[in-house]
Amino acid sequence: MTHPLIRMRSITKNFPGVLALDNVDFTLHAGEIHALMGENGAGKSTLVKVLTGAEAFESGEIYLGDETQTIINNSPQQAQQRGISTVYQEVNLCPNLTVAENLFVGRQPKRFGFVHWAEMNRRARTIMEDIGVDINVEKPLETYSLAVQQMVAIGRAIDISVNVLILDEPTSSLNEAEVAKLFDLMRKLKGQGIGIIFITHFLEQVYEVCDKITVLRNGGLVGEYAIETMPRKDLVAAMLGRSFDDLAAIQHEGSDINEKSDEPLISAQGLGVRGGVKPFDLNIYRGEVVGLAGLLGSGRTEVARAIYGADNPDAGTLEAKGKKLRHNPLAAMRAGMAFCPESRKHEGCVADLSVRENIILAEQTKRGVFRLMSRAEQEKIAKKYVDLLQIKTASLETPISQLSGGNQQKVILARWLATHPEFLILDEPTRGIDVGTKAEIQKLCVELADEGMAVLFISSEIDEMLRTCSRIGIMRDLKKVGEISGEDLSSSTVMSMIAGGETHE
Amino acid sequence: MTNLTTMDSPSFGAHLWRVTRARFGGNNFLLLITIILFAGMYLFGSVVYSSKNFGTLNSFFDMLNSNSALIVLAAGMTMVLISGGIDISVGAQIAMYCMMFAYFMEHQFVNAYVMILVVLITGIVFGLIQGVLVAYFDIQPFIVTLAGMFLARGMTAMISPQTISITNKDFMALAKFQIKFPFGGYTNAAGVYQQPFIYLHVVLALVALIALYMVMTWSKFGRSVYAVGGSEQSAKLMGLNVRRTKMMVYVVNGFLAAFAGFLFCLFSPGGAVEKAPAYEMYAIAAAVIGGAMFTGGVGNILGSVFGVLVQSTIIKFVNFNGTLSNGWPEVIRAAIMSFFIILQSVFTYVRKRRE
Repeated sequence: MTHPLIRMRSITKNFPGVLALDNVDFTLHAGEIHALMGENGAGKSTLVKVLTGAEAFESGEIYLGDETQTIINNSPQQAQQRGISTVYQEVNLCPNLTVAENLFVGRQPKRFGFVHWAEMNRRARTIMEDIGVDINVEKPLETYSLAVQQMVAIGRAIDISVNVLILDEPTSSLNEAEVAKLFDLMRKLKGQGIGIIFITHFLEQVYEVCDKITVLRNGGLVGEYAIETMPRKDLVAAMLGRSFDDLAAIQHEGSDINEKSDEPLISAQGLGVRGGVKPFDLNIYRGEVVGLAGLLGSGRTEVARAIYGADNPDAGTLEAKGKKLRHNPLAAMRAGMAFCPESRKHEGCVADLSVRENIILAEQTKRGVFRLMSRAEQEKIAKKYVDLLQIKTASLETPISQLSGGNQQKVILARWLATHPEFLILDEPTRGIDVGTKAEIQKLCVELADEGMAVLFISSEIDEMLRTCSRIGIMRDLKKVGEISGEDLSSSTVMSMIAGGETHE
Repeated sequence: MTNLTTMDSPSFGAHLWRVTRARFGGNNFLLLITIILFAGMYLFGSVVYSSKNFGTLNSFFDMLNSNSALIVLAAGMTMVLISGGIDISVGAQIAMYCMMFAYFMEHQFVNAYVMILVVLITGIVFGLIQGVLVAYFDIQPFIVTLAGMFLARGMTAMISPQTISITNKDFMALAKFQIKFPFGGYTNAAGVYQQPFIYLHVVLALVALIALYMVMTWSKFGRSVYAVGGSEQSAKLMGLNVRRTKMMVYVVNGFLAAFAGFLFCLFSPGGAVEKAPAYEMYAIAAAVIGGAMFTGGVGNILGSVFGVLVQSTIIKFVNFNGTLSNGWPEVIRAAIMSFFIILQSVFTYVRKRRE
């Protein structure tokens, strides 16, 4: 059973200003589970969208099976007719309908022109039994867990006839037992000759269930590997794009470890969020830049959000300067925290407001609505940070949406600096900005720490972290697996811990 | 429709029961509360006002006789809410259709049956325009039907600013047609036996109601409406024609509004600009009390009847009391609606928590 189901050749796609896919080849064989891996922006989703017709592509060919005729899917429906179905992380079913209806919506069995409920329920039971899920198909879908809902989505795809099943991060919100169940089903389908494309960022799961791995990076193909021939460390290196030898050469240029005060500024003990990051300990002292390293989805951002109170932790304690802290962002702000989030478009910038308004936003919030800052004061603060961070803007009143990405990032940074934080969380502060600005931001972090601030620095680029941080916490699969500091701080130790080798505690 | 009785192998009744049970486990728990509330209120009234014949069949039929149009409107509104939309033009549409009947039959001497056909077709066209604007132009249903509301009231006044009474013989024969019940009556203070009866328009309203219930439960269109209301995005990905489904919702509702207009005209034969004031709001209230949710995807057509009955019982209470001000029905209506909306929130919250 090794005949190909899908062959994609030299697929190229441009988004405005970005080469999303660059000559990518991908082959899926019958009866194989094929992991598609890569960091954010690597092109996994785009490749799948091109395959399913959700996105158009500029050049390249897609062949179905052994056919010599190329195909182009113009819509997900058309792909589905050709036996290519996708099950997304967010289940695309109707929660208010029964399980049976979700399986048959739009193609209900009829009798005398009326929907034949009895027949529909009977067939639904058969489908769900076949995939090994024992549930009452007459109950609304929303009464079941996300895992079951995903099974229903898979059941629907299989029943409509499927050769190729694409699972787009199906396990992100499932617990371990549910994941095991899903894997059983995947193996069963594989046995029936179905080809499965499995997109995930959990390394463990790839090694548990997959046969092959295709790695993408920055829109380009890194390679296709059989799972046996690809050790974890090499996979991480392939995804992050550096060999171990290259990385070993980079020197740790970060500031020497400052003298720690005895009392940690921020102390999290056993802090965890149900369905999110597993309980972790983290102490952060004045004058240090602490990094959080890990692959995308490993729980870096979740740690930051739990500390800042953006997600409500349900385990453990959080103390700021020895005092217990309530779990909400305003309390965190008042305790001197500032959180500069990852997606500046969605969580950071208020696009229609001016540079000045964006800068003073957090400080004003902290003061409360009844203590409005005067216009003069606002301008003074804004001016100060525009100069300090060398933000390139036509004026203080320019809408932030007109600034370049790097400058927008600086405005967000200025917003949080304006609140005079003692503890600054920066989540991917350098993503998508030019090299010069990156260096400036890294330098700024070290300077701020030297002045006595504590910084939590999250980044996907290991050398950037090595340059900036004096201590790095390692995240893997939503768990904090260790910490590295001082002498041990090298790219190879960081990489091997991310990949899941031996742990340093 | 006869084949429905043979639809399921055990029996149609057993099937209905199973479906109903499955539904009550879910969102229609809200409907169950409405039914209990109505039964409770009615029972309470029957005891407290027993001397005034509150609990008689006559008194119950009175509620139906004066609310046939509202039952149809509420059923249609429930369908629109299930689809995730809203239609606030229906009250004004009723005024327009009544005026059409009155003007064309009395001043142009058009045949009554021809007029019924004309009105129903007008309703379909009215709904079609609204539906196209909502579904294919992606305009908010509230805005589209707000415009529809102004248009219908405006058209009513343009046809005739004066009030016109209907005297057309054929039409009045339909309006006065009663179906008498041989039991359940009572003898009034003057010693005259009061036989309970319902008007023809009540029967027509109930037929429309059941037909709509069947469409929503057993037709592909009906299930698609639930799917679209549940998640438009998902419905699209599952290959449903979301736009056409949404458009058809307004077409069907336009037809139902015209039908309700016909029934209202039978109930109160005549045309006037300010006829059926705020009826669209009563219809929304009935739908919500009957278990429909503004978020779409949830609702039961039969529930809307109980929504109407609950509101009607409130008015009955105030009338029977005799000393309460006319403001009370509205205040109690507000209280009951708030109760149900809070209940919906609690319900949604509990469900989220369970996940």
